[in-house]
Amino acid sequence: MERIRDLASQKAVVIFTKSSCCMCHSIKALFYDLGASPAIHELDQDENGREMELALRGLGSNPTVPCVFIGGQFVGTTKAVITLHVDGTLKQMLINAKAIWF
Amino acid sequence: MAGTTIKIGAEDNNKRRSATSVMPSFFSQTPVSNPMGTEANATQSSRLLDYGVLEQYLGFRVGDSSGPRFTSTVDGRLSSSDLHSQAFNMTHPSTSTLLPGSQAMQFHKSLAPMPNIVSASSAQHENWGDSNMTDSSSHTDTSTDVEPRDKNLQFEMGQSAAVVISDYTDKSEERTQDQKTQRRLAQNREAARKSRLRKKAYVQQLENSRLKLTQLEQEVQRARQQGVFIASTADQSHAGSANGALAFDAEYARWMEEQNRHINELRTAVNSRTNDAELRNIVNNVITHFNDVFRLQGNAAKADVFHILLGMWKTPAERCFLWIGGFRPSELLKLLVNQLEPLTEQQLTGIFNLQQSSHQAEDALSQGMDALQQSIAETLATGSSGSQGSSGNVANYMGQMAMAMGKLGSLEGFIRQADNLRQQTLQQMHRVLTTKQSARALLLINDYFSRLRALSSLWLARPQE
Repeated sequence: MERIRDLASQKAVVIFTKSSCCMCHSIKALFYDLGASPAIHELDQDENGREMELALRGLGSNPTVPCVFIGGQFVGTTKAVITLHVDGTLKQMLINAKAIWF
Repeated sequence: MAGTTIKIGAEDNNKRRSATSVMPSFFSQTPVSNPMGTEANATQSSRLLDYGVLEQYLGFRVGDSSGPRFTSTVDGRLSSSDLHSQAFNMTHPSTSTLLPGSQAMQFHKSLAPMPNIVSASSAQHENWGDSNMTDSSSHTDTSTDVEPRDKNLQFEMGQSAAVVISDYTDKSEERTQDQKTQRRLAQNREAARKSRLRKKAYVQQLENSRLKLTQLEQEVQRARQQGVFIASTADQSHAGSANGALAFDAEYARWMEEQNRHINELRTAVNSRTNDAELRNIVNNVITHFNDVFRLQGNAAKADVFHILLGMWKTPAERCFLWIGGFRPSELLKLLVNQLEPLTEQQLTGIFNLQQSSHQAEDALSQGMDALQQSIAETLATGSSGSQGSSGNVANYMGQMAMAMGKLGSLEGFIRQADNLRQQTLQQMHRVLTTKQSARALLLINDYFSRLRALSSLWLARPQE
């Protein structure tokens, strides 16, 4: 959990993924498209991956990946991200976190 | 043959059964392919006939006009040959008229005291009325053919009356025996005839069913072409997915009906300029109703992801422009924007932003789908190198399949996200627009899709050169 928090606060946008997950690919593509430069952490490449995954699940992320943090705040998984994006909230959050400027 | 009283024994016609054991026996030869006239039959048969019986026969037959004329002449065997040629309406074997069985029966009964009437049935009998149903192998002493044999019988009797008269004057004790035999033979013949008729009827029924089956298949084919979902018998082996697909199709049909009702309600409300609050209610109903179909789709995707992904329940034109199991939100907005004027600045911005967001989300999901396809392709393509042992290959193969199976599982997730995007877009649109504008938008969306479906039907029904 600590590691998650730690990593999440390092950059404006932090996404936890798995290399085998194609939905993660979608979310990454979305953020790139928005102009943000998210920090990607692949859980299956990390030695503490298992624990981190459990921690994410504890935060309410289902499925555990992809899991997005903006400005250190837990945002959620794909469904949450897309929902926020459609009503414009996501963009605002990114601007607030200084991940993007317009 | 003149002068021949009894003709027993081998004859050329191989269709005749050799009943040579019986002293007074009738041999009827009416071969199928024998082009010779009935006279030939006469020459090949021996006729032994009680003259008294012949008289009876003559009396019986004169009034009988059903058969065709006996054309060939009897060469002086019978003094009453002329009468015979009139009375004994014989037909050439190749003609198809025949004496009805009942007549033959009566005829036989009237000839009870006759000696064993043995006619070898021949294939010719089949030509005479049963459309090749009976087999030609009933060369029995108690042959079960009825009509043709009776004809032959008449013919034979007519032919040989004079010949055999002298031979039967003192066979009285044999007559009782013969009576029983006659009865038995007659019954056999009748049974055989009935059996033939039943068989004929059955075959006719089969033919009709076959025709009907072909027709039904054609109908199903046509209906399938027009986009109606009809489960093929092959699908039923995959009970789970078939049930899921069928269940969804049924649920979707129901949903469509309800949707149409909601839309009609909306249309009436818009046209009759209902107050805002009520209109908002109705609009909310429609949008909530959209949620229902997305939920249904999500559940169905668990059971049969390809059914949903490929839009199998939609019309072909809809299917053509499908995006991950449904419509593309940004496309829909593009269609609406022009028709929803006038829009305020704020609304225009709102709609524009919505278009952009949905477009970005669509792109993201499409890229994810592409990545998925790439990943599965790579999984399936690797391996099958000959260097490994066969067991290694099998393990490899199994591993590949397992991995690919796992990846296919994520398809369901994409459908869910796509449906979520559609749902969110509709709701956001509703938020940006006024109630009246939302109402119009929903009507426009509905009209667009029903026209697309109509287009599909028209296209499929178009006359083709």
